[in-house]
Amino acid sequence: MKRFLTGAALLLLSGSLTASANESVLEATGNPAQWAIQTGDYANTRYSKLDQINAGNVGDMQVAWTFSTGVLRGHEGSPLVIGDVMYVHSPFPNIVFALDLNNDGKILWKYEPKQDPNVIPVMCCDTVNRGLAYADGKIFLHQADTTVVALDATSGEVVWSVKNGDPSKGETNTATVMPVKDKLIVGISGGEFGVRGSVTAYSIADGTRIWRAYSMGPDSDILVDPEKTTHLGKPIGTDSGLNTWEGDQWKIGGGATWGWYSYDPELNLIYYGSGNPSTWNPGQRPGDNRWSMTIMARDADTGIAKWFYQMTPHDEWDYDGINEMILTDQEIGGEMRKVLTHFDRNGFGYTLDRVTGELLVAELFDPAVNWTTGVDMDPASPTYGRPAVVPAMSTETNGEDVNSVGICPAALGSKDQQPAAYSPKTELFYVPTNHVCMDYEPFHVAYTAGQPYVGATLSMYPPEGETNMGNFIAWDGKTGSIKWSLPEQFSVWSGALATAGDVVFYGTLEGYLKAVDANTGEELYKFKTPSGIIGNVMTFEHGGKQYVAVYSGVGGWAGIGLAAGLTNSTDGLGAVGGYAALSNYTALGGTLTVFGLPN
Amino acid sequence: MSITSHTKAAIGAIAILYGTLSGAAAQDADNITAVRNEDGRYYTADDVPTFNVAEDGTVDWPTYEGFRRYHSECHVCHGPDGEGSSYAPAIKNSAVDLDYYDFLEIVASGKMESKGGTEFVMPTFGTNRNVMCYLDDIYVYLKARGSDAIPRGRPRQKEPKSDAIRADQKECLDG
Repeated sequence: MKRFLTGAALLLLSGSLTASANESVLEATGNPAQWAIQTGDYANTRYSKLDQINAGNVGDMQVAWTFSTGVLRGHEGSPLVIGDVMYVHSPFPNIVFALDLNNDGKILWKYEPKQDPNVIPVMCCDTVNRGLAYADGKIFLHQADTTVVALDATSGEVVWSVKNGDPSKGETNTATVMPVKDKLIVGISGGEFGVRGSVTAYSIADGTRIWRAYSMGPDSDILVDPEKTTHLGKPIGTDSGLNTWEGDQWKIGGGATWGWYSYDPELNLIYYGSGNPSTWNPGQRPGDNRWSMTIMARDADTGIAKWFYQMTPHDEWDYDGINEMILTDQEIGGEMRKVLTHFDRNGFGYTLDRVTGELLVAELFDPAVNWTTGVDMDPASPTYGRPAVVPAMSTETNGEDVNSVGICPAALGSKDQQPAAYSPKTELFYVPTNHVCMDYEPFHVAYTAGQPYVGATLSMYPPEGETNMGNFIAWDGKTGSIKWSLPEQFSVWSGALATAGDVVFYGTLEGYLKAVDANTGEELYKFKTPSGIIGNVMTFEHGGKQYVAVYSGVGGWAGIGLAAGLTNSTDGLGAVGGYAALSNYTALGGTLTVFGLPN
Repeated sequence: MSITSHTKAAIGAIAILYGTLSGAAAQDADNITAVRNEDGRYYTADDVPTFNVAEDGTVDWPTYEGFRRYHSECHVCHGPDGEGSSYAPAIKNSAVDLDYYDFLEIVASGKMESKGGTEFVMPTFGTNRNVMCYLDDIYVYLKARGSDAIPRGRPRQKEPKSDAIRADQKECLDG
């Protein structure tokens, strides 16, 4: 018998066994008519069991209705649907709308927080927000200014609010939150401002702070047990978040937690990744800089870490480790394993045993990656688990004030936060990727609280001889290999959706919503929305009909980095600007587009 | 700064020469054209910092430094090469259109404006030495970009960094 459970089925099963996870979230995410948290389910599969729209009929899909948020900035994340209500959010100023699906999307309530506009420029790379979450009759919003708000889902009234950080020190938020049991898991942004990243659990009932785990610092701050918390199977030992730094650099050490969160109810572990160590000048922070760039598994109740895996020790390229952790059960080497799959900015697609943190697979998911020759997979080796760095691509070796050229991927990574999807039917991951390289010149930088703390000069361009800046790929996580790859003119900055209808959806920066065959990658449908898509595709069912929805509204790092087009430093003088400029294809927007089959 | 009438006349002659070399438009000549080189830094007749591009494409050190500092501190909002983004305007034009002192004022104090219902906010960099110590460099780099005196991308050839510039940078950063 083929033992294979979809994420949702697994969650339902374990939820009923342990009764430990948040029942309302399990119930809400278990009903495919709804979309209750940004990631679709706790396992972050972004897979829907809905199959009314399928590979055979998706070509007939039409726009059913649209909605403008009234905000012209980068629109990340997606709406939620709970019952007959859709919850739409916007970038700064982080407006929330509740739309009545029974009444042509009439606005039931609107919440618009008052936030100091001075938070806008301390948000690196646009005022995006990756969306709301639902639990226990409440809608949770984590605002740009780090205010976490619980809204009554029926009335929109504020039930409680709490301040998670201090924007005057560069602490801001772009991420969604994850409700787990009686807690809300909350991260923070600001790696380019020298913040010290942390994850905090607040009480869902009243916003009381329960625990906070920093990414670096004393053991009491990073919530570890030096003897029991492991890194690749071995205890991490005491002061790992201090003795891998020089002096007090850890206090402004980065490791922000602005990505996605997943949860395994059976193991009661939450999973997430930490971002880059600050500054971007590696020479100013000798050591491995633990636990930046790390996949973390923490107990949901206490925050105590069970295991860590640092993917990029002593980062030299800004390869944040915050991308999503997708939890699946897969047969690897003839054995069913509970695994975690993660597509990192550094170009590796990792598969780990999520119970123990054992590294099973680490293979490159973009052939252009050239900063490393691979990860040492020999458990007996002193460099076990570490990536071998190509000396010419080492910005540390090349030194301050030296321009290291032709590094692939660029700082935005082979993949940024735009989340992948996983279909248990095809057993494939569908991954939106970037295909961009860079020059990187680190230099000495001074720290001022609340000011950018970067310390490197970057320029970006497509890999030599190529013009496409993105690919949408299908990935086999068991072997670590690409099954098919669709070139895209621009980076694919939109989260994917896979469905039981054997269709995979994603958006493009030009503004297309695309549907492709889950098995072959063949394009089945496309529609150009009003603006570039950096949002994530979601699906829901209402009145017996399946719908697919996505935000358009170009922005984010993609809108900043690609708006004017890229230049290629290896081209001769005068040949620059030969690559496509996003501004020639799309302009600012802020629209939700909902698709369905004709009646 | 005092300049004698004698040197002014000499500077006038040099201005024509530099104007030809850098190919600056006639109407921008006053704010663009370098008439004086002081330890590797170039100035207009009004003593406003400016760039200098030699016939073979060699740029002055401050323009090169400005490229580096811009792509550390500024490009995350204003886009590569001062070209603008979905988030902030093409600042390469601001360096040409704005008076030098207005440019300094905006960088140091910030700016807030609302366009089409969207709030645009530039932060205050007045306390940020990574910006303020290189402000003239960033300014001349952007002016060179805005007047098309240099193409996009990293300048290929540059004048050496002078001892005076090195000493001034150190003093500013350590101060």
